[in-house]
Amino acid sequence: MSEPRTQTVKSMRTPLARVRNLGASHSGTSDFWRQRLTAVAMLLLILPVIIIVMMLLGRNQAGAAQILGSPLVAIVLLLFIIASAWHMKIGMQVVIEDYVHGEKVKLAAIMANNFFSIAVALASIYAILKLSSGV
Amino acid sequence: MALSIVHRATGIALYFGTLLLAWWLISAASGPTAYANVQAFTSSFLGRLIVFGYTWALLHHLFSGLRHLVWDLGYGFKASEREALTWGALIAGIAATVLLWVVAYAIGGGR
Repeated sequence: MSEPRTQTVKSMRTPLARVRNLGASHSGTSDFWRQRLTAVAMLLLILPVIIIVMMLLGRNQAGAAQILGSPLVAIVLLLFIIASAWHMKIGMQVVIEDYVHGEKVKLAAIMANNFFSIAVALASIYAILKLSSGV
Repeated sequence: MALSIVHRATGIALYFGTLLLAWWLISAASGPTAYANVQAFTSSFLGRLIVFGYTWALLHHLFSGLRHLVWDLGYGFKASEREALTWGALIAGIAATVLLWVVAYAIGGGR
């Protein structure tokens, strides 16, 4: 059996004081809220996104580039990319926190998750902006 | 029903599937040769299987997620309601996937 918790805690602060306001993670429920916010955003955007993908089927690069670069299509896709990247970053962090228990491995995994999500989002955003500018 | 793990698994699949979407967008921005490479992959058997799986993962995650939003609002906690929501999400995900692919082939995406 492990030692009683009261002997290992060196802090003068009570457990209640440590979780008050924004809690032990210092970010409160902001991730919980943003997960729902981005979910609802994607629910609203999924139909336009499906229609855009359908419009692109079977076209060559010139045809696809023309559609992807048109303002309305580009804006819808940019919104969807931002919402999905944010949503998947939070979701994967929850998975990591549930299954990875080694503190250093966990920190590395959370960092990798942030890098991956931001890189994928930025690459996609860059592609759409490049198509929109027509160069 | 143990669908919560499927929600999580489809989420993880979609996470890595974004690489395919990013590759597709970047290729469209790069030029005809790069785009032709993506099209060659997505029209191969393996590519088509992956995109089909991605479609199902996306739609299942969407309907399964809708179920979570219903629970967040405080509804659907009775045993019968939970069962109905779960089966509804499972069936809606599969049905919508098949429907989308039928439409896609009908408008000529299968070329």
